[in-house]
Amino acid sequence: MILTAPHTQYDVIVVGGGHAGIEASLASSRMACSTLLVSLNAGAIGRMSCNPAIGGTAKGHLVREIDALGGEMGKIADATGIQFRMLNTSKGPAVWSPRCQSDREWYAREAQRRTCTADGLDVLEDSVARLIIEDGTVRGIVTDLGHSIFCTSLVLCAGTFLNGLMHTGEKQRKGGRFGEAPSRGLTECLTGHGFIAGRLKTGTPPRVTLSSIDLDKTEAQASDDPPVPFSYQTEAITNRLIPMYLTYTNLHTHSILRKGFDRSPLFTGRIKGIGPRYCPSVEDKIFRFAERERHHIFLEPEGYESDVVYVNGFSTSLPEEIQFEALKTIPGLDRVQMLRAGYAVEYDFFPPNQLWHSLETKLVSGLFFAGQINGTSGYEEAAGQGLIAGINAALRAQKRDPFILRRNEAYIGVMIDDLINKSTDEPYRMFTSRAEYRLLLRQDNADRRLMRRGAEIGLIARWMIERLDEKEHAIARVISYFESSSVSPLDANPVLEAKGDALLSENEMLSQLLKRPLIRAADLHPLITDPAIDVLLHRPDVRGQVEIDVKFEGYLKRQQEQVDRFEKTESHEIPEGFDYGALASLSREGRERLAKIRPRSIGQASRISGVTDSDVTVLSIFIRR
Amino acid sequence: MTTLRDNADTIAACATPAGEGGIAVLRVSGPRAFAITDISFRGTVTAARASSHTLHFGTIVRAGEAVDTVVVSVFRAPHSYTGEDVAEISCHGGFFVSQTILALLLESGARLAAPGEFTLRAFLNGKMDLSQAEAVNDLIHAKTEKAHRTSLQQLEGKLSRYVRTLRQELLDLCSLFELELDFSEEEITLADRDASARTIARIRGTVDDAVASYAGGKLVREGATVVLAGKPNAGKSSLLNILLNENRAIVSHIPGTTRDSIEESISLNGLLFTFIDTAGLRDTVDEIELEGVRRTQQHVAAADVVVVLIDASVPPEAEDALLYKKIEETVSGHTVLLYVLNKSDKHVVFDADTTGTSPTRRCTISCKTHEGIAAFKDMLYAAVLPAYDGDAQSVTVTNIRHKQSFELAGASLRRALDAVEAGSSGDFVAVDLRDALDHLGTIIGITTPDDILNNIFSKFCIGK
Ligand SMILES: Nc1nc2c(ncn2[C@@H]2O[C@H](COP(=O)(O)OP(=O)(O)OP(=O)(O)O)[C@@H](O)[C@H]2O)c(=O)[nH]1
Ligand SMILES: [Mg+2]
Repeated sequence: MILTAPHTQYDVIVVGGGHAGIEASLASSRMACSTLLVSLNAGAIGRMSCNPAIGGTAKGHLVREIDALGGEMGKIADATGIQFRMLNTSKGPAVWSPRCQSDREWYAREAQRRTCTADGLDVLEDSVARLIIEDGTVRGIVTDLGHSIFCTSLVLCAGTFLNGLMHTGEKQRKGGRFGEAPSRGLTECLTGHGFIAGRLKTGTPPRVTLSSIDLDKTEAQASDDPPVPFSYQTEAITNRLIPMYLTYTNLHTHSILRKGFDRSPLFTGRIKGIGPRYCPSVEDKIFRFAERERHHIFLEPEGYESDVVYVNGFSTSLPEEIQFEALKTIPGLDRVQMLRAGYAVEYDFFPPNQLWHSLETKLVSGLFFAGQINGTSGYEEAAGQGLIAGINAALRAQKRDPFILRRNEAYIGVMIDDLINKSTDEPYRMFTSRAEYRLLLRQDNADRRLMRRGAEIGLIARWMIERLDEKEHAIARVISYFESSSVSPLDANPVLEAKGDALLSENEMLSQLLKRPLIRAADLHPLITDPAIDVLLHRPDVRGQVEIDVKFEGYLKRQQEQVDRFEKTESHEIPEGFDYGALASLSREGRERLAKIRPRSIGQASRISGVTDSDVTVLSIFIRR
Repeated sequence: MTTLRDNADTIAACATPAGEGGIAVLRVSGPRAFAITDISFRGTVTAARASSHTLHFGTIVRAGEAVDTVVVSVFRAPHSYTGEDVAEISCHGGFFVSQTILALLLESGARLAAPGEFTLRAFLNGKMDLSQAEAVNDLIHAKTEKAHRTSLQQLEGKLSRYVRTLRQELLDLCSLFELELDFSEEEITLADRDASARTIARIRGTVDDAVASYAGGKLVREGATVVLAGKPNAGKSSLLNILLNENRAIVSHIPGTTRDSIEESISLNGLLFTFIDTAGLRDTVDEIELEGVRRTQQHVAAADVVVVLIDASVPPEAEDALLYKKIEETVSGHTVLLYVLNKSDKHVVFDADTTGTSPTRRCTISCKTHEGIAAFKDMLYAAVLPAYDGDAQSVTVTNIRHKQSFELAGASLRRALDAVEAGSSGDFVAVDLRDALDHLGTIIGITTPDDILNNIFSKFCIGK
């Protein structure tokens, strides 16, 4: 409910109505905590500042996890999506990832409808002037309109608005997003309490008009139909689906862009720091893959009615005239009309090594940070943190233990652990390569991994768990049938022959047949003699899991062994308040980083940047179980 | 290694073996090493004032009385064995003197070092990695020149460098496969499949070589056991005496002279050989001889090499074939069988071809004229050293822990190679590459579980 005069006391206050703030405030209010969401403009809640797409490689995993834990993002995307695709299906199951294009306006409206009508959630249109902090504990906020509002926990998700500054080439403008004013004073308030702040930059591509594109020169990309929804609670997607358009850059484009390299604010400072990481800016791609003659460009209409097209793959902060000149060399864009140039935003963030894994700050208890304020980029990254921060803010108000996901449990866990332990000088994006246990952390099994955890917190309804139990039971039944039923060459060979696979000369277990690369679970229907099993195997949710569990059994087992080794070092705890100063054998940098980050376990210590292998050995020998 | 909590304290121990000797050395290491030494040391300068890597003559005094004249060596951190301040007191050998000085050091505030604690500190202070620390222990126990050289190379970091190079290559490759996953949408291939397969195959070859070198490595460390077996009167005891260059065993023309096994070790060309002369094999009712034959069979079963000695001057008997067949059945898989025809100085009536062995595994000698003995030694040497080529580039794995890690890494690499060749997606290849990395890491202590770490240092002796 949108308020004009807030109450004076809440369990949880959430500052900022972006993707992190939406998840945080809805999680907290659903956990029966009185919650206030403070946003300058209720009409800007859920606005998509960059492209109106949700998911994509590795990010789709985050959305599925958010959903399995009881979050919002997947549901809003399903409701407002106008194109859906499962990406990377030519690769292994760990890399498959759902992505959708939403109608930009609709997405924001749906997000606002959900936040503004949620029980126990008040929305206040105001901004925060300063935080009330006493004895190292947060007590509340003072707003610009002069309200003093008290709370037990406070979640700060101020996005890119803290002292935001927008760059296009060498031009600069103050603001957090296009057309929105920055928020000032909060950073200073926090540094006054001892927080360290830094600056980050992130870029967006230009926007062009649909009517100026010659679509015949591009390849239309149809949506998957029927689409696979993000949410385990979405039965089916019935929205009208529209195509996107694929085109490519060429050598001419690249040479024009290169002309502007020396004037790119994202690029000039970064050439030295270029590591193995993938930065999405087009100038980076041209630099890193100099030998490639073209790169994908997706032209993505921002909605059913909108004439605005987002030029995906062309994120840049080069000078406007260079962007325009380069765009015009791309097939289909020769007469292009550029509505707005791509730009980079520079904003304050707080290096996230100042956080615990609950996303509570180490300096001020009760204060939680989520989203870009932690140096991440992307809606999904923000939403994942918002959910965790909101849950922990509520748990703290209820005097319950924090909720922490580990690296072996979820991409969200990988992200938060990386944020705390790894120092970065560029915005953190979720990548498949960051999740070492990626074979177990798939988008297809987020429910099996996390839904029960969501239920423990109180965000997943009982009926969802009952449904999950039934699904697990069905999967187990089919697998045990496959592992105990053998088929004769007489029955199996026609199936194998049709697939062009080697024939049997003696009986073989169904599970063995399914392990063959050419054989899919659906191919086995003719060989199943138990009708109940046959029915179960027709269910896509069951069939997919059976197929992966059986086909990749060996890999999953080995990865599980890696997880077991990982958990061993994770459970080797470092006592709280351990004095690293007394350990003469530690490297100087290692000692400093350890003292600052205060890892909870030997395992965590080993992931901290600047801590060497021998530092870890020293620690593990000194700290006996 | 259970007493150690932190290395803020100073430790001391006798670094030379207990017992009588020319000199004994006491080692003190830690932040108070010099202060503690100076409490009893009287010389022209104090250890605390002395510069690093200098020797100082003086006296150790106890309650005003001289205990011994000594030389104190001063090594300042970090340029010492442990990486800490170290004083080494060389005193006159003898149990009483060294124990008295050690007691003085302990009274002055040093703590008695636990076994391996000096080396542990060196390891913790980054002076050496795990495989190097293990080499220290091997070096102490080296029995032959080759064993010594191999552990010294390991101590100098040869194995570590070898493993680090392999890991770095694998890590680079693995990162490519993983990074590629981030570009899936653009279908960018970073890890060229053919080149990757070649790299993995090459690394695997190297890892397999390391595993194979263990046979030679174990040999370097523990030496080879050579059993001399055969019928009575074949000349086994005569051969033993020639090899040892002394009259160790009784030789007589009476068959059944040797009744109990005789064991003697000797270093040949830097390798340790343990020769076992045994009771001649025959059917007998003599109870003592019977027991001897049983022992012979046990030795044959456990040998690295069995030399079947045959008297070539007598024609073979009907049951001989059975006897040799039995030996072949008794030996274990890795054992090398050598057929040696003796008494070539006499009229030879035995046809070597009837043994059915390869010519590289048989030779003819005479224990009387020593004809063929040099060639026999060469053959023996070649038989035990297939994996040991002494090549400076390759490593010799002498430690069973290392061998197992290399084996596990090899198996993971084989799976990774299969996956690449089958065209599997990078997410699968990466699983096994990561496993290989972990297994290799345990060798040098990067991913070694701490129970294993503890175990390694607990095997050391005090003073090292
Ligand atoms: N002519 C000649 N006589 C040899 C030679 N080698 C050994 N003999 C003799 O053969 C006899 C038996 O030698 P041993 O060395 O005692 O034989 P063994 O195999 O140890 O016999 P047992 O201990 O009884 O099993 C002795 O009289 C040796 O002098 C040889 O090369 N030439
Ligand atoms: Mg004898």
